[in-house]
Amino acid sequence: MNDSWWFFSLSLCIKALLIPAYHSTDFEVHRHWLALTSSLPLSHWYIDTSSPWTLDYPPLFAYFSFLLSLPASLIDPTITDLVAGQNYAAPSAVVFLRLSVAAADLFLLSGAHRLSSRLPPFRRRILLALVIWSPALLIVDHIHFQYNGFFLGILLISLGFMVEGRDLAGGIVFAILICSKHLFMVAAPLYFVYLLRHYCNGEWSRAVARFLVMGLAVGAVFVAAFGPFVYHGQIQQVFHRLFPFGRGLCHAYWAPNFWVFYIILDKVLAFILGKLGFSIQTPKASFTGGLVGDSSPFAVLPQVNPIITFLLVLLAMSPCLIKAFVRPQPKQIIRWVAYTFTCGFMFGWHVHEKASLHITIPLGIIAVDNLADARHYFLLSIVSCYSMFPLLFEPQEYPIKVVLLAIYSALMWVGFSSLFSNSKAPKPAMEKKAERSGNGSGLVGPVSSCYLLGLVGVEIWGQFLHPYIFGSRFPFLPLMLISFYCAIGMMYSWAWQLKQIIRNT
Amino acid sequence: MSGKKPAMEEVESSSEFPWSNTTLTPTTSVMIVLFAALVRFLVSLGPYSGRATPPMYGDYEAQRHWMEITLHTPVVEWYRNTSANNLSYWGLDYPPLTAYQSLAHAFLLNSSIPESLALTTSRGFESHGSKLLMRWTVLVSDFLLFFPAAVCFAVVYFRRFGGSGREGSAPWLLAMILLNPCLILIDHGHFQYNCISLGLTLGAIAAILLRREFVASVLFCLAINHKQMSMYYAPAFFSYLLGKCLKRQNWVLEVGKLGIVVIGTFMFIWWPYLYSMEAAKEVLYRLAPFERGIYEDYVANFWCSTSVIIKWKKLFSIAFLKFLCIFTTFSAFLPSCYQQIKAPSDRGFLYGLLNSSFAFYLFSYQVHEKSILMPLLPASLLAQQEPFLFGQLVCCGLLSMFPLLLRDNLILQYIVLFALFGLIFYQNGRHAWEKNSRRRSLCALRFGQTLNNVLFWIFFIGQKQRKRMCDPDLKPCSW
Repeated sequence: MNDSWWFFSLSLCIKALLIPAYHSTDFEVHRHWLALTSSLPLSHWYIDTSSPWTLDYPPLFAYFSFLLSLPASLIDPTITDLVAGQNYAAPSAVVFLRLSVAAADLFLLSGAHRLSSRLPPFRRRILLALVIWSPALLIVDHIHFQYNGFFLGILLISLGFMVEGRDLAGGIVFAILICSKHLFMVAAPLYFVYLLRHYCNGEWSRAVARFLVMGLAVGAVFVAAFGPFVYHGQIQQVFHRLFPFGRGLCHAYWAPNFWVFYIILDKVLAFILGKLGFSIQTPKASFTGGLVGDSSPFAVLPQVNPIITFLLVLLAMSPCLIKAFVRPQPKQIIRWVAYTFTCGFMFGWHVHEKASLHITIPLGIIAVDNLADARHYFLLSIVSCYSMFPLLFEPQEYPIKVVLLAIYSALMWVGFSSLFSNSKAPKPAMEKKAERSGNGSGLVGPVSSCYLLGLVGVEIWGQFLHPYIFGSRFPFLPLMLISFYCAIGMMYSWAWQLKQIIRNT
Repeated sequence: MSGKKPAMEEVESSSEFPWSNTTLTPTTSVMIVLFAALVRFLVSLGPYSGRATPPMYGDYEAQRHWMEITLHTPVVEWYRNTSANNLSYWGLDYPPLTAYQSLAHAFLLNSSIPESLALTTSRGFESHGSKLLMRWTVLVSDFLLFFPAAVCFAVVYFRRFGGSGREGSAPWLLAMILLNPCLILIDHGHFQYNCISLGLTLGAIAAILLRREFVASVLFCLAINHKQMSMYYAPAFFSYLLGKCLKRQNWVLEVGKLGIVVIGTFMFIWWPYLYSMEAAKEVLYRLAPFERGIYEDYVANFWCSTSVIIKWKKLFSIAFLKFLCIFTTFSAFLPSCYQQIKAPSDRGFLYGLLNSSFAFYLFSYQVHEKSILMPLLPASLLAQQEPFLFGQLVCCGLLSMFPLLLRDNLILQYIVLFALFGLIFYQNGRHAWEKNSRRRSLCALRFGQTLNNVLFWIFFIGQKQRKRMCDPDLKPCSW
């Protein structure tokens, strides 16, 4: 446990130093939710519109906000004032909210600790460093401002239970997770299939009994969360807030998923076919705006709507679901869950780039197991962290985000090289040390090296060459380039994970 | 391929992550350097000295003013009281190399935000953009001078003293040098350029260890010409080099060669002021303002601390106090100098640096609280040999800087850097020291340390209370 506290304390120092840094509108969103849950009764939480930042997380997170608002109102009542606290960013509010995110990261620490406690010391330390010091998490949670550490901690606790074979606990914790942030529902089909086959096994009566127990337990969680709102007759309003279908296929900044290729292919085809003489109508709708009746934002390719994305995600997940159905094994559960999140990321509707955190954190747990996973994780974590760079666009934070990613890459290099050195025959101590220290030992192949160097090139283009050549015209071009380039890496990751699951599990 | 290793190797390497092993590999040093850079970037987010406090502001305004003066006035007038250069408003009081460095930085600021350096109209100019650029000048100076010197030193030190590597960890030593909380808080929080003179000094020390004495002399002369407080190390350098020369065949020639190098460097830096005695005297007068009194503000040195019992300022004249300071300082560093002249050695040299800088800090005239950085540098270089001393010195230094940083609103950064230092200091210490010292002595040391810490905290809280009661603008310690 000493190790875990050391890693956590070091990251706490960095998080505390980040208190004066830039924070996005998500800061005001969460502060408003503190005020909302503190000032208004439960029946008003999902119908209040005193601020554009309406509550769009499930009720358990609202209860969490309520718990946070109790000390907040003691420290500075203006934080939880619904009217006077709007856009309140005084030092007391900033310090309180930032420290609450850092404190909520204790869940992440707990989850990582559970999953690493049985490993030998060296491997355990690397795992803790990979998870607790993740730069993407620092950038999104402690600069941009969100509570992902909290949710991912609950996810890791659930996975910890499942890996140990304690399926009931795992299922209950997962239900708690879904009722805190519904985005994690992507993994629900996998959990369902796995629990059905692994927990509800054996002879008929035992299986049915266990099924009922699981159903009742999960149901109890849902009742605790949504019950009060059913009582007030607001369940439709709640669902309307949780699933806002007025949004477009992509976020304003395209997440690096499959749809980037689809959109660019559509534009390229429209351009080529237009030159070849076909008449192509410029689409009226846009990708980021809502669905406007029948009009499609695509000029050539068929329109995409939420149902199609839903079916695609299920289709992509199906090999994994089949594997879980045929042979449910606890030690594969983390890999399968990470894969379902990858499918949700690649083919989902209105995906945020921050959702790639759901993929990298679980994969960090299994990256220390073998070299192949370590290689994949090395590439994936760098790509996903880089794809989140556009979130921090001010010059003050630029060196911070670059150095965070660079440190993490060096850390992975040092850690994985030491862990997976090639020596098997006994050698004199000096040689062994030298080999362990500097040799990449196949951590990055030639293709990956080129790809990662290209990442540096994309950054140089976006930061220096583009402003020099184009000035302030085409501001979307560097962002599009980042999305597109990272999408290549993410697609490769999805395909690699699929191959691993089909072949090896 | 699974990474299975024999159990013995697992145990050996288990205590060492995040360092890969005890030697300084390129990747490990990159990691430590990047982390040190990250901490500096993060501290730079915070406020600087004298923010929004007219009319005099603070050190940040002083540096900005020097950039303004060096950019717009001719070289010969930089140290002279003229209509354009009013010396009572942050007049230059460091040697010419600081002025040249200010000029170089002024070119950078002038190209982006000229109004921040306009002559006389830019007094007290503060903006987000200029703050970013000013912070970047410190960061770049740090990365170009202090970081390479630190890495070079760590590599050379372990080549010379490392042995089997079981004695300690090179990455840990590099981390201790680079993550010195006092230096980071002063340079990147409060706002100063100590990294330049300390970097040059560290480069000189590394050159000494590499047996490149001319390079060392040049670098050290440059350090002295950047901040005259670097003279604190002069006795150690002088005695070591003299000792080395005496060991060689034609020692007069050797001393002569070094003398030429030193004088040549000084002449090169002071060239614009060497056309007359008055010009040189003007500069010297700015560098050593004796009328300010034997101590100012709250400094943890001998004179200020004993002034509770003996009221030095009331009892003695300035001339006598000057003599007393010189005498006590000399007696304090003379032993190590004598030993070095007789038998120069690398380890003795490092201890000599610590000795002479400490002597000057404790007994010298007009010592500023930021001068604790001077003894801290050699202490950090000897962190492997004297871990407890180093740890206590850092705590002392941080404690003595508390009032200064409280004025600057840097308390968050102060607490975090204190904690960060403690975490990394003890990460290796647990393993290395418990291997090397016996149980009994360890207990005694731990007890002494705890008692020491308790006393510190009592003093700390007492100082905070006193701060609340005394008006900090009253000059100087009137207790």
